[in-house]
Amino acid sequence: MSRLQASFETLKAARKTALIPYITAGDPHPSVTVNLMHDMVQAGANILELGIPFSDPMAEGPVIQLACERALKHNVSLTDVLGMVKEFRSKDNNTPIVLMGYTNPVEVMGYEKFAKAAASSGVDGLILVDLPPEEGADLISALKVNKIDMIFLLAPTSTDERMQLICDQASGFVYYVSLKGVTGSANLDVASVVKKVEQIRGHTSIPVGVGFGIRDAESAAQVASVADAVVVGSALVNRIAENADNPEEMSKQVCALLSSMREAMDK
Amino acid sequence: MKEDTCNDYYSMPDERGHFGIYGGKFVAETLMEPIEELRQAYEKVKTDEKFQAAFDKDLADYVGRPSPLYHAERWSNELGGAQIYLKREDLNHTGAHKINNTIGQGLLAKYMGKKRIIAETGAGQHGVASATVAARLGMECVVYMGEEDVKRQAPNVYRMKLLGAKVVPVTSGSRTLKDALNEAMRDWVTNIDNTFYIIGTVAGPHPYPAMVRDFQTVIGREAKRQILEKAGRLPDALVACVGGGSNAIGLFHPFLGDEDVKMYGVEGAGDGIDTPNHAAPLCAGSSGVLHGNRTYLMEDDNGQIIETHCVSAGLDYPGVGPEHAWLKDCGRANYVAITDKEALAAFHELTLTEGIIPALESSHALAYAAKLAKTMDKDKIIIINLSGRGDKDINTIAEIEGIEL
Ligand SMILES: Cc1ncc(COP(=O)(O)O)c(C=O)c1O
Repeated sequence: MSRLQASFETLKAARKTALIPYITAGDPHPSVTVNLMHDMVQAGANILELGIPFSDPMAEGPVIQLACERALKHNVSLTDVLGMVKEFRSKDNNTPIVLMGYTNPVEVMGYEKFAKAAASSGVDGLILVDLPPEEGADLISALKVNKIDMIFLLAPTSTDERMQLICDQASGFVYYVSLKGVTGSANLDVASVVKKVEQIRGHTSIPVGVGFGIRDAESAAQVASVADAVVVGSALVNRIAENADNPEEMSKQVCALLSSMREAMDK
Repeated sequence: MKEDTCNDYYSMPDERGHFGIYGGKFVAETLMEPIEELRQAYEKVKTDEKFQAAFDKDLADYVGRPSPLYHAERWSNELGGAQIYLKREDLNHTGAHKINNTIGQGLLAKYMGKKRIIAETGAGQHGVASATVAARLGMECVVYMGEEDVKRQAPNVYRMKLLGAKVVPVTSGSRTLKDALNEAMRDWVTNIDNTFYIIGTVAGPHPYPAMVRDFQTVIGREAKRQILEKAGRLPDALVACVGGGSNAIGLFHPFLGDEDVKMYGVEGAGDGIDTPNHAAPLCAGSSGVLHGNRTYLMEDDNGQIIETHCVSAGLDYPGVGPEHAWLKDCGRANYVAITDKEALAAFHELTLTEGIIPALESSHALAYAAKLAKTMDKDKIIIINLSGRGDKDINTIAEIEGIEL
């Protein structure tokens, strides 16, 4: 069984929802990322989403754009990101790790080379924001060979037809983008999320995660009542940015937010 | 890398929006359905007589088409080689070829019932052309422009504001055209219900590269008819500058089946393509995925997009339309590059010998054509796409040459 599958099954048995924090690898400095990953697991994270920095992050709001810029100041490459996962794995072989980014760095490394390297580093899943299943066939098969899940996004604009097309190819979990907009937007509409998640469940039995616009314990708990996983990104990255010079305080702030979410979700 | 897709130059893109291995739809899921709606709407209007008649009428009465094909006799004589004809897109309303496309997409926006237009711009020509169309259609217009470009194209920024558009300076990344495109995409994904995104060149996800091309091929169709009238035969070569590639594909496309017509797309070599400071992905880049399609890009070994440099803002873009990438691999069109210095020299040359002030973008095409003409006999013919006029560039040129206006 894959780490992702195991994690979702354990949580299901405990009637809990997965908490998935997103941070950009190497933000604000490559030296803080692996420690922060361990700390987040301690604070209640079940799965980690690690952003691959990209020069042109088209789906990100200003918060994660700046995180990419901070990481790229240190030339954090995809190879470096895989190195961080490997380092993390030396102490934690259970927590699933999903990489999230854009197609080009993976394309330039080469799909097969990436899939092999990612698998041997301990990566469990991949989200590429700008790679819909229509363009993903070659990468999906390379990942499959290496037992890495390709996690596709669903959006408020996805029709039933597209939901089916996407769910047919998805593995690990599907990721519902809760709003029309970029990461860090503030217009989360819980009622419409509930409806959409139900609609998605009509197409698939794999877990459904929800992300974009979840910023505090309250919104996390609301979404957790219908989803199998809650993804939080910009709210954490903000705390990283605010404490960029003080890794200890940074971790404290990030973990405080995660713990408060965990607590609210488990109520 | 000549593939079998190169057998028929009019067969692309395929159903999925691919030009050989290039093109496609590399966008976030939120945009997949909207670009499918756009594709379907565009397919409908392509064969809709009323739409096409409205488009033709606007091109004639509002843009001022057909644009002349002018035999630059004095300059041709001075160069001492091939006869040079200039396709005068600089004489269009708003001063560049960009308006052909914005008229088309503006009409499509209206047809689709959208109330708000967004656009990205580099030199400001596409922004002005979008603002113009929005003013005329009574639509709201927001133009994204890199902060660097806002500075170097100040006259166009003011023109857009006069036309009622909101100009948003983009401060992320390299603060030029690619970042303006990122920001426009972010706006689009947020305001998808009421907003039409007018992309200014043959880039972006399918159907944009094909749609923008189709709106721009009026350039090549006219040029073909005009050169047959004036010279009684087809040209030997076509030359056009390539930023994203819309004015070039507009001129080239109707000639693609005429195997004896050579084609040269001219990229910005900046300080030289052997330096890091250029904007020539076809000449010195490699394949990758950016802004919705697979194409040649300026990128580093890690797949990060590199900042480009070119004296003309309209060529300062790290990607290029996917059809050009395909035509390059097929060997049908040749792609070359011209440095800032060479472009500036050509700018002055045309201004002084023909009394035409060309855009800095177009000056790249002029500079390459001048080199090419010298290698050809006097009875040969070159058509250059004079894609825009240079009024917008006079501040830049004065500054480079240390002249205070
Ligand atoms: C006058 C002119 N020519 C050329 C270009 C380059 O665009 P494209 O390659 O799409 O024709 C621009 C872009 O701003 C322009 O303003």
